[in-house]
Amino acid sequence: MQTPLNPSATRVGLAQKLGPLLGLGIIVVVLSIISRDFLSFTNIFNVLRQISINALLAFGMTFVILTGGIDLSVGSILALSGAFSAGMLAGGMDPFLAVLTGVAAGTLMGAANGVLVTKGKVAPFIATLATMTVYRGLTLVYTEGRPIAFNNDVFAMLGKGYFLEIPIPVLWMLGSFLILYFVLKNMTFGRHVYAIGGNEEAAMLSGIRTHRVKIGVYAISGFFSSLAGIILTSRLSSAQPTAGTTYELDAIAAVVLGGTSLAGGRGWITGTLIGAMIIGVLDNGLNLMNVSSFYQQVVKGGVILLAVLLDRSQKS
Amino acid sequence: MTAPLLEMEGIQKEFSGVRVLSDVRFSLRPGEVHALMGENGAGKSTLMKILGGVYEKDGGTVRIHGEEREIANPRRAGSLGIAMIHQELNLIPHLTVMENLFLGREFVYGRSGWIRWERMRKESRNWLERLGVDIDPSRKVGELSVGQQQMVEIARALSLEAKILVLDEPTAALTNREIDSLFEVIRSLRKQGVGMVYISHRMEEIFGICDRITVLRDGEYVGTRSVEETDMDELVRMMVGREVQNRYPRQPVAPGEERLRVEGLTRRGEVEDISFSIRAGEIVGLAGLMGAGRTETARLIFGARQPDRGSVWVSGAKVRIRRPEDAIRHGIAFVTENRKDEGLVLPLSVRENLSLPNLAALSSKGIIRGRKEESLARQQVERLSVKSAGLEQEVKTLSGGNQQKVVIGKWLATSPQVLILDEPTRGVDIGAKEEIYRLMDRLAREGMAILLISSDLPEVLGMSDRVLVMHEGRLNGEFTREEATQEKVMTAASGGEVTCRLP
Repeated sequence: MQTPLNPSATRVGLAQKLGPLLGLGIIVVVLSIISRDFLSFTNIFNVLRQISINALLAFGMTFVILTGGIDLSVGSILALSGAFSAGMLAGGMDPFLAVLTGVAAGTLMGAANGVLVTKGKVAPFIATLATMTVYRGLTLVYTEGRPIAFNNDVFAMLGKGYFLEIPIPVLWMLGSFLILYFVLKNMTFGRHVYAIGGNEEAAMLSGIRTHRVKIGVYAISGFFSSLAGIILTSRLSSAQPTAGTTYELDAIAAVVLGGTSLAGGRGWITGTLIGAMIIGVLDNGLNLMNVSSFYQQVVKGGVILLAVLLDRSQKS
Repeated sequence: MTAPLLEMEGIQKEFSGVRVLSDVRFSLRPGEVHALMGENGAGKSTLMKILGGVYEKDGGTVRIHGEEREIANPRRAGSLGIAMIHQELNLIPHLTVMENLFLGREFVYGRSGWIRWERMRKESRNWLERLGVDIDPSRKVGELSVGQQQMVEIARALSLEAKILVLDEPTAALTNREIDSLFEVIRSLRKQGVGMVYISHRMEEIFGICDRITVLRDGEYVGTRSVEETDMDELVRMMVGREVQNRYPRQPVAPGEERLRVEGLTRRGEVEDISFSIRAGEIVGLAGLMGAGRTETARLIFGARQPDRGSVWVSGAKVRIRRPEDAIRHGIAFVTENRKDEGLVLPLSVRENLSLPNLAALSSKGIIRGRKEESLARQQVERLSVKSAGLEQEVKTLSGGNQQKVVIGKWLATSPQVLILDEPTRGVDIGAKEEIYRLMDRLAREGMAILLISSDLPEVLGMSDRVLVMHEGRLNGEFTREEATQEKVMTAASGGEVTCRLP
């Protein structure tokens, strides 16, 4: 006898996938009616460029959240690795090596988070809350509390340049998205991530090196945080000691808006990209409408709540 | 004869249409220690939960001091003088002994909420002295040994004027010395007229401390005996009951070469000096009571835990297994006991669950070969006739039997030489059970070495070519298929012919 497929189960899956896209669509339609400028070519690329930093943070965050963890330290890693790169450039280092230094530092900081979570058995929230403060403190120490300015045309391209009329940060974002999409869908590492988030004990008993995978996941988050830090530093032509403060919240919001479960094991990176777009489009649209930045925060928070509540009501 | 403290008669209980207790009776006299025995799932804890007000009975009567009572909730049970001492203690470790004793009813000045510490200390000392134990009331409970914590719990029950005390496996976590002092307390409570229900699998304790024994089997009342008029053999027969029909398709074949050998496997506090071997084509049963160390042994062999001592040999070669990955590579598969906690990743699909321990073989350079994965999954689904709406169905939505087949399938796909099955038919319906039995028989004939861990005695006897029995972390008996009987296995599982250490 054939066990009938639970029809509600598939619908939830589909709704989870279509929900964020639908939400984005509604916001875009509404904003394009209200503001004529919104759908212009320049504005679209403008929005994409603005979301690239949050999207990169959120991509790494997606991996961490899929294993059932969280990474609060992304904003601080962004600042510290950006400061390292800027410091190297100001000292006359080759821009390529400066970028490499920043990225390596960020990846190591992420891996350290992973070691705390696995070997140290510290809850991810606490571990990354602590390192968020530590990394921020180190940024202040390194920069002595002042912006680090530099002058380098090659480095400036990374954040400000265009390639075939497309802003380079947008290329970073789309390139990273494609790679990570492939990793999650087709690589054993991605499968291990989902398995650990879904049932860590079962994953361990199936021969998966759970600690190794989790350290890897935090390292990925650190890597993309430092990439975001380099783009931000390039765009501002200087490293700011307070750069990236509270960015972790927007990154988590993008992941959650995209339909990835904070409990782990369930989610997709396309959703995160859409989630980041929702946040970016909202910011941009409210700006075009001259809504005060105070009210913008209220609207953004409201949208997040609404999305999560809708998601709940579908599941129950 | 003294008038009974407690009489339960004709107790019925159903859970969603399944009868778990039918016409069960139990009685308790003042100053009596009455053992309640039966195999796992016989209905002991359901009966006690009815007495404790946790479950509501569907029929029957409960009389306390001769008066019929309805025990609607645990609070009501408490006010009727019924107290439960569970295996997991209900104390707050960060608070002191006296705070725990009088939790929620502290001595205060008037209604001020200002605690009268001297009074608390004095009253605590009184209750602890009544038990004849010397514990400082201002110590934190978390600093006490398990035995001492149990005393605190008993003292709390007495201070609540408990007359009926239910002791559920009270010695499970105690050392021998602590057991001795617990028994002294039980004897002194007996003189004070407290009636005690004593739940335990340990025969020697039951004969050492109890007055009467009631046996349940499959939710039914089997009988009550006084300790003087019965013996271990009779109790085991009462617990095990009916003769087994031949529901098991096992037809032993001549075993081949040795596939798995374990020597002196030890992990302190869990298992001690476990040695055995299994040959190709053999099904070896591993029996024992809950907590005897069977699953722990399997986890040590599989590398999910590290042994303190001992070695594992696969096909004659000594292997070093540091993690499950190594075990899988050496051809060992472990179908775990609890499919939801250990076996399956519930949010993933049938395909993804089946491929999980096989990803290394299904990928090259870290990239999963989609077509290979799908054909592996399809193959297992067909081989085990898993009923699903397709490979992409979430395993969460499968029935219990089909979930279990997915767990077995994911391990068979690793083409193991040694298959460890831990409670493979628990919570599985009869049809799926028989399929699993037939599969086991076929796999053994094809040359696999199988270790079957099960609490279902008829299953162990019906399917195994040889039966090993564990008791408290050690091997305590080995029987051939011909020798093994339920009585022998149960006796070995309860500690064998150990002479009674207790007075």
